[in-house]
Amino acid sequence: MIRMTGIRKVYATGRVEVEALRGVDLHIGANEYVAVVGPSGSGKSTLMNVIGCLDTPTSGEYVLSGDAVAGLDRNRLAEIRNRHIGFVFQNFNLLPYATALENVELPLLFGGVPTRERSERAAEMLARVGLADRIDHRPTELSGGQMQRVAIARALVNRPAIVLADEPTGNLDSGSGHAIVELFAELHAAGQTIVMITHDAGIAKVATRVVQIRDGQIVDDRRAAA
Amino acid sequence: MMTRAEIALVWRLFRSDAEHNRKRIALTILAIAWGTLSIVLLLSFGEGLKRAFHKTKRGLGESIGILWPGATTRAHMGLPSGRTISFTDEDAGILKARIPEIAALSREYAVRRGITHGAKTVNARIRGVDPEFGPMRNVIPRAGGRFVNERDLLEKRRVIFLGDELATDLFGREDPVGRTVLVNQSAFLVVGVMQPKAMMGMYSGPDKGQASIPATTFKAVYTDVRIGNMVYRPVTPEAGDVAKAQIYRVLASKYHFDPEDERALGVWDTREDQRLVDNIALGIQMFLGIIGALTLFVGGMGVANIMYAVVKERTREIGVKMALGAKVRQIMAPFVLEALLMTVIGGVLGTLVSLGAIAVIAALPLEGEAFAFLGRPTFSPGVAFATATVLGAIGTLAGYFPARRAAAVNPAVSLRYE
Ligand SMILES: Nc1ncnc2c1ncn2[C@@H]1O[C@H](COP(=O)(O)OP(=O)(O)OP(=O)(O)O)[C@@H](O)[C@H]1O
Ligand SMILES: [Mg+2]
Repeated sequence: MIRMTGIRKVYATGRVEVEALRGVDLHIGANEYVAVVGPSGSGKSTLMNVIGCLDTPTSGEYVLSGDAVAGLDRNRLAEIRNRHIGFVFQNFNLLPYATALENVELPLLFGGVPTRERSERAAEMLARVGLADRIDHRPTELSGGQMQRVAIARALVNRPAIVLADEPTGNLDSGSGHAIVELFAELHAAGQTIVMITHDAGIAKVATRVVQIRDGQIVDDRRAAA
Repeated sequence: MMTRAEIALVWRLFRSDAEHNRKRIALTILAIAWGTLSIVLLLSFGEGLKRAFHKTKRGLGESIGILWPGATTRAHMGLPSGRTISFTDEDAGILKARIPEIAALSREYAVRRGITHGAKTVNARIRGVDPEFGPMRNVIPRAGGRFVNERDLLEKRRVIFLGDELATDLFGREDPVGRTVLVNQSAFLVVGVMQPKAMMGMYSGPDKGQASIPATTFKAVYTDVRIGNMVYRPVTPEAGDVAKAQIYRVLASKYHFDPEDERALGVWDTREDQRLVDNIALGIQMFLGIIGALTLFVGGMGVANIMYAVVKERTREIGVKMALGAKVRQIMAPFVLEALLMTVIGGVLGTLVSLGAIAVIAALPLEGEAFAFLGRPTFSPGVAFATATVLGAIGTLAGYFPARRAAAVNPAVSLRYE
């Protein structure tokens, strides 16, 4: 599903060059639940952006669902993100002026799904994350845990091949964080491929595979004995 | 295309932006309204001017030709160049009879003489004309009077038709119709007075200061005066060129000059003037429109400025949308739409105010010759269309450039920090 070879990412900020990824090889298969761990600044988010086609690697080869990603234009990349990737962020990143339903509809809107089907699918997804009764609420009217559920519903609504989550529990209290972790476990059990960046050792235990990054390189890659 | 859901979101976005930047948006909308006001008023003023031009042009007569005798500039059939041509009564008959493109024709004899009523004498141009002269030249009698008619002509009656200014000069506030005036010691019965009109083009002074008498009477009184010119109207305005060519042909064969010899006759086709006047009016209107558009452009800069700020404020949101798979167009469209929305709100406001202003000006009791020429600001579909086009263009541009900046946002960077 994901096949990365020799991925390097260099940021040139002014005179200083930062090499955030220095030769990453990573293969991820269907229905894996990968936890990415590592110290701050080690390149986890950078790796996530490259996987999610939000950023292009400086060099290296990246094949996503059988298609090479290099050299595609912005619109093609947007299409790939829309179809294949679902993002969950630490700070939820919901549109504040839109309702829960509208937030979840966004990927369908960008994908050109007709109105009726859009709201049906979004409502279904919200029900699945346990927010059937919060459909018309604005983000400001929701708790952190609920906001993250909306974000997860949004990530899932277009049935992506992979869900990418960057510290999804980082902004939550332990209770709601725990509920979110359980939700991810359920999704994984239902067949969803997940890549999650986390500092939480507990989550790392739930994952089927733990990838450790340090200074832009994978230093450890361990599969849990299933 | 944009779906209803997207448009609804843009509306809410605009409202939330309006809350954040209330003062700025209000000022910008005001600037757009001001720009719209100026463009609508200036264009309407131009439109009024154009219509006034048309009216004054009609004062001379629409699509008519005026024909003078000239002098030859080429030797022809053994005759020398420099020969002056002069018209006779017979010529008028020949032209009318032989040229089907001429619908009406009148002779115009003229002298300058004193016209006396009581103790008052006014020196005026007196012209001897045919009845067709009146309608062709838009010399229309005011109620209670008439122009020179066929019977006057046949019976060589001593009747006279006065220009409105001339009538006032001689009679003051009295009605001259039915009274007599003296011209060269002989009495003429006043049969009509001209309706006031605005008149621009002229070849012998304004009609309001002139008097008309039957051509036959004129000849009987001033036996040695020759026809000064003839006024004719082609069957259609388009037939004007043919009529002119035919006149040259017919008169050339009669007076033995080369039909190619332009100077042998003088022809003034008022259509050419009308074209000129139309172009001048259009030029003035375009000039005013451009001034208005520039004012509006300043408002457009305000909109663009706000939109740049809004793009900056929404960088993270743009990144989120990109992460969710928004294409370039889908990122840009809301910004363009929001700028257009702001422009349209300002535009509608400005248009309403200017319509009010135009209505007020229309209600003002403004009189006088200047207003006959300047006209009053007039709102027309053309003005509405031009304004809407300029507003639309400025709104779209004011949104497009900030939207391009939005589309250039790097999603990875915009999502990095809180
Ligand atoms: N857009 C950028 N421009 C310049 N340097 C960058 C950029 N993005 C990341 N970096 C640098 O790349 C390195 C890796 O950053 P990254 O965000 O991937 O770390 P991380 O592992 O996600 O850290 P954290 O756990 O704190 O989120 C850091 O040194 C960071 O400063
Ligand atoms: Mg990070």
